[in-house]
Parts: sequence; C-alpha cells; structure tokens
Amino acid sequence: MIPIGHFLILSAMLFAVGAAGVIISRNLLIMLMSIELMLNAANLAIIAFSRMNNIVDGHVFVFIVFAVAAAEAAVGLAIIIMIFRNRESINADNFSLLKR
Amino acid sequence: MEQPLYLIPLFPLIGFLLNGLLLGRLGKKTISFIACTSVGLSFLFGLKFFFDLLSLPDTARIIENVFFTWIPAGQFHVNVAFLLDPLSAVMVLVVSGVSFIIHIYSIGYMHDDAGYGRYFTYLNLFVFSMLMLVLADNYLLMFVGWEGVGLCSYLLIGFWFEKKSASDAGKKAFIVNRIGDFGFLLGMFIIFWQTGSLDFKTALDPAVAHSVFAVGGGMITAATLLMFLGATGKSAQIPLYVWLPDAMEGPTPVSALIHAATMVTAGVYMIARSNVLYMMAPATMAVVAIVGVATAIFAGSIALAQNDIKRVLAYSTVSQLGYMFTACGVAAFSAGIFHLMTHAFFKALLFLGSGSVIHAMAGQQDMRYMGGLKKRMPITFWTFLIATLAITGIPGLSGFFSKDEILWKSFSSDYGSIWIWLIGLITAGMTAFYMFRLVFLTFYGEERMDSHTREHLHESPKVMTVPLSILAVLSVIGGYVGIPHILGGDNRFEKFLEPVMKGVHHSVEGEHALASAAHNGSTELILMVGSVVLVAVFIYLAYHFYIKNIAAAGKLRQRFSGLHKIIYGKYFVDELYNAVIVQPLVVGSKFLWKIFDVLIIDGFINGMAVIIGDMSTGLRPAQSGILRTYTTIFLVGVIVILGIVLIFG
Repeated sequence: MIPIGHFLILSAMLFAVGAAGVIISRNLLIMLMSIELMLNAANLAIIAFSRMNNIVDGHVFVFIVFAVAAAEAAVGLAIIIMIFRNRESINADNFSLLKR
Repeated sequence: MEQPLYLIPLFPLIGFLLNGLLLGRLGKKTISFIACTSVGLSFLFGLKFFFDLLSLPDTARIIENVFFTWIPAGQFHVNVAFLLDPLSAVMVLVVSGVSFIIHIYSIGYMHDDAGYGRYFTYLNLFVFSMLMLVLADNYLLMFVGWEGVGLCSYLLIGFWFEKKSASDAGKKAFIVNRIGDFGFLLGMFIIFWQTGSLDFKTALDPAVAHSVFAVGGGMITAATLLMFLGATGKSAQIPLYVWLPDAMEGPTPVSALIHAATMVTAGVYMIARSNVLYMMAPATMAVVAIVGVATAIFAGSIALAQNDIKRVLAYSTVSQLGYMFTACGVAAFSAGIFHLMTHAFFKALLFLGSGSVIHAMAGQQDMRYMGGLKKRMPITFWTFLIATLAITGIPGLSGFFSKDEILWKSFSSDYGSIWIWLIGLITAGMTAFYMFRLVFLTFYGEERMDSHTREHLHESPKVMTVPLSILAVLSVIGGYVGIPHILGGDNRFEKFLEPVMKGVHHSVEGEHALASAAHNGSTELILMVGSVVLVAVFIYLAYHFYIKNIAAAGKLRQRFSGLHKIIYGKYFVDELYNAVIVQPLVVGSKFLWKIFDVLIIDGFINGMAVIIGDMSTGLRPAQSGILRTYTTIFLVGVIVILGIVLIFG
C-alpha cells in the first residue's frame, strides 16, 4: 500500500504546477486549464484521506467537485469564446478595463 | 349667545385670496372694488353683531362662536373660536370702520402706483389678521392675529422695497417686534402652565386666576411683565418704540391704518383684555404706568423738533400710545380703550391729511418746504385742523374727553400719583405745541416750496377728501359716548365696558371710593380747566414762534442749540441701540462666520475630504487591472495566512 505522504506530495506538486500556470500564463485558456489542475490536485488529496480513513464521504465530495469543475469550465469557456469574438485576443493582460 | 361671528373676518380673507391669487390679472377698478367691499361687509356684520350684543342684558353681553377645534392634545386644547364682548365689539367696529375709510382713501392715494394690486392684497390680509386678533377667544389665536398684523406691517412698510431705507425699515420693524413677541409667548406659556388653559373664559376668570396665582406673587408678575414686553414691541413703547418712526417709509394710508389707528393699539387691547391678571400684579401695573408716561413725554419731546411731517405724527402716535398705557397702568382700562378709539379717529385723520398734503406736494415731506397750503387745500386744512384740535384736547372734541379721563384717573386712582399726572399734563402741553407747530408750518405763512411744485398744488380728489370729512365728523363726536360724570354725562363708554373689566371690580374696593371721588370732586373740574389753560398757552406759544415772530424760533433754537441737537437727533437712541446691541451682534456674527464657520467647520469637512482623496490616490496603483497580479497577491496571502496558522495555531 502506498503511504499517504506520497499522495499528498503529488497533490501538492500538481497544485503548485496549476497555481504557477495561473500566475505565469497570459493565455486565458491555459489559465482555465491550470485552475482545473488545481481542483484535481485538491480532489486527489481528498481521495487519499478518504482511503486512509476508510470513509466514502470523500468520494462524494470529489463527485461534487467534478460537477462544479465541469460547470465552471463550461461557463469559463463560454466567456473566453465571447471575449475572443469581441476582441480577437485571449491574452489576459489586454483585459484591464476595470482598472479605472 | 351663539352667532356666526366668523363672518366678520371672513370677507377680508376672501378679498385677500381673490386679489392675491389673481394678482396682475385684475383691473384697478375690480381690485379696489373687491378690497373695499370685503372690508365694508366686515364692518356691516360687525355692526349687526354689535346691535345683537346691545340687545342682551348688561351682564350677559357675550357672543361666542366656536368655529372648529384647532389643537386637541391632551390637556392642551385650543379652539378656533371667536368672542364678541363689549371690548372686542369696540375694537371690531374701530378696526373695520377705520379700515374701510382708509381703503376708500387709498383708491385715490395709490392710484398711480405700480403695486396697486399688491397693496390692496396686503391691506386686506391686514384687516383679516387684525380682526382675528381682536375677536380671538384665546391667547393662541390672538397670537396668530398678532403675528399676522406684524407680517402685514413688515410687508407694507417695505412696500416700496426698491428703496433701501424702506426695506431696512421693514426689517427693523419685524426684528424689533420679534423681541416683543418672544415676551408675549413666554407670558402665554406661564399662563397655560399655571391655569392649564389659554381660553379667556378660563384663564381670565377672576376665580380661576385667584386660585392659581397669589396677588402680587412672582409668577403673575413675571407673566404680566412678559406680556407687557410683547405690548411694548407691538405698541411702540420704551424700549422697543424705535421701529415706529422708521415705519413711516410705507405709504401714508398704511401709516394711518396700521401705524396709528389699529395695529399699534393691539398692545393696549391685550392688556385691557388681560386686566384680571394685571390687576393681580401691582408691580407690573406700576411698570406699565411708568413706561407709558415716560414714553408719552419722551416721544412728545422728540416730536417738538422734527421737520418731517410724518415723523412728527409718528412720534405723536408713540406719545399717545404712552397715554393709553398710562391709563392701563393706573387701572383705568376703559379710559385707555376710550382714548384708543378717539385716537384712531383723529390720528388716522391726521395721517390721511398729511398724505393729502404729501400727494399735493409731489412727495415732499419736509415741512420747511411747505407753508401757505390753507388756501390751496381748504378741505384738507379744515379736517386737519379739527383733528389737531381733537388731539390737543380742546373741549368739545373727542380727544378732550378721553385725554382728560386718563389724566384724571392717573391723578385720582389708587394706582396713580401726582407725578404721573404732572408728566401727562406736560405732555399734553407738548402735544399742543408740536401739533400747532405742524399746522402753522404746513398751512400758514409763506409758500416755501419751489415754483414747479407750487404750480402743481391742488386739492385732493373726492375719493380722498370724503374719507377725511367722515373722519373729521368722527373726531368731533367720537368723544360723546364717554362724557364724564362731572360734565353731566354718565360715561356710558365705561359702563359699556364694565362687564369685561372684571379685574378692576373684583379686587379693588377702592373703585367705589374712586367713583365717589369722581362725584364729589371739584378737584376734577379744576384739573380739567388747568389742563385746558395749559394747552391754550402752548398753542399760543406755537403761534408766537411760528407765525407772529418766526425769527424768535431761530433765536431760541440757537440759544439752546445743544438741547435742540439732542432732541432733533431723537436723543440718539437709535445710535445707542446700534452701538450697544447691533454692533456687538454684527461683530460676534462676523467672528462666528469668518473664524468658526469658515475655518473650523468648513476646515474640518474639507480636511476629511482631502485626507480620503489623498489616501485613494495612494492606493490606486494597486488596482492594476492585470489578472495575474491579483492572483499572485491572492496566493501569497493564502500562503501567509496558512503559514501563520501553522506556526502560531
């Protein structure tokens, strides 16, 4: 059996990669994907704890997170498409209209 | 008895509303028709109710009319209700009658004025307010009328508001009156506090008053003194008389109506109405008498040296009002009201006559540029002369009866003294002098006006001379309602008012002694003859100085140049008030404005705005609009918080 620590380290690394993706990337699409990555890192941690404690509650949670992530991806993608149609760009740095 | 008394003030109110709401849309004829008819109807209804009142037995002469409940608030209950008793009946007839005559006169006097409609609107509002004042059956409603006439006085003094002096005079009148009104209000509060009611029926019931107030006690003295302060404001007594001479800036009929015949007598009416309370405060009575007689001689002496025809009459009014207060102060309330009535006739006539003169002189008011008008304006001259004889107290005319009644009462009453009588007598001499000085300067001697004005001279139209004639008749016969016992009359006027003067008959046993003194007194006759002789002497003096030997007047003036300067400068009271009251207020207000308001209050508010603005400018770069920056800050924040929880948690 793989010790819990391994799962957690992997989860942390995935989360760090996702966070870095959101921070570094200027492409909205990549930022969205990075957010998915962070969500899944969290899912991994939940599953690992659930398995360690032999409780299925964690699995239920993960399904809810999946659903939320799917919904979020749908809405996010729709927004990105609309932005692209209007501005012909998905570079996040170009969209700073709220600054002033 | 219940009668629709509201009909009396209703018509001037309708006239006011019609003329006011349709201002600028009506022709001059319609305006004056509405205004005069409404006041005339008031007078007719006043007469009708007066005769209804007369038909009642002596003791039950009260007509009431509760119109509606105005303020029902727990203990505090005030009706809009009217009361007609002998006192208010006299006032109603004087007010509406004289008003009607002056309305007619105004048609001629104001004929060419641009503000014709506005003038009659204000005048009707005034009549309405004045009738409310005298008909009210409680102090609060009386106060409504009291303030209403004050407002109209302000509006009409400042009628020619383009003239700075006129608008200033209006403001002065209003502000000085406010000081008095504050006294009236406080007095009213004390009365309500103590008796629990503002109705005359309750608050002025001798039984109620005696059960809550101690005779001569502090509370009653305070209440009556405060109300007297109100009276000094409205009726132009020392120390608040300063507004009345300035009020002459208004149109002359207004001076006649408001500032001589009716409004300024409101204070006398109020004190006579409250006689029950005043009789319980001997200290206040003394103050009233002293202030009254002091005002009489003070204003009378100022009138000796004034050159403006209307100013002489204004100071004369102040002086005569002083007589009325003297009468009230020596517990001769009926005599005060009697003089109020006769004074309304002859002083209105004097003012209207002077208006007729000013009209003919094309606005000139300085007597030094008049003279010789006797032949040019015969009707004005004769009516003016009658009024002058009446005010100086020539036997047979109205002023004689009322003035002598006051002088006699101030001599014989328990509240009077020989000193009050003596000062009153000297004032009567002064009155004779300044009035005949005015007549001689205006109507006799050579014509001192310039040639242009001289060509323009003319007798006033009928619409002005007929009112003069009516008032002249009233000035002659007005006194015969109150012929004293000593001259074979039975003073019906005093008898008529007796039911209202409950205070006098309730508390003073001396009244009987007083009456008997009147019967046995050859003293009264001697005093009467003495005052007539004195008046005659002063008339002769005026004749000597202003007709026979004009140079002597100049010499006299030079010999007493210091005294003349003081009197001509009206004892510099205006300057004194300006230095002691107005200037400190102005300086204080300037301090509050420039230092407190501008520096401290504005500084604080503006400072707050500046601080917040600066802070926002400093923080604004944080809102870069770049998504990645926000995310980074967010992430760093989460890590920091988690770190803190891990390390310290």
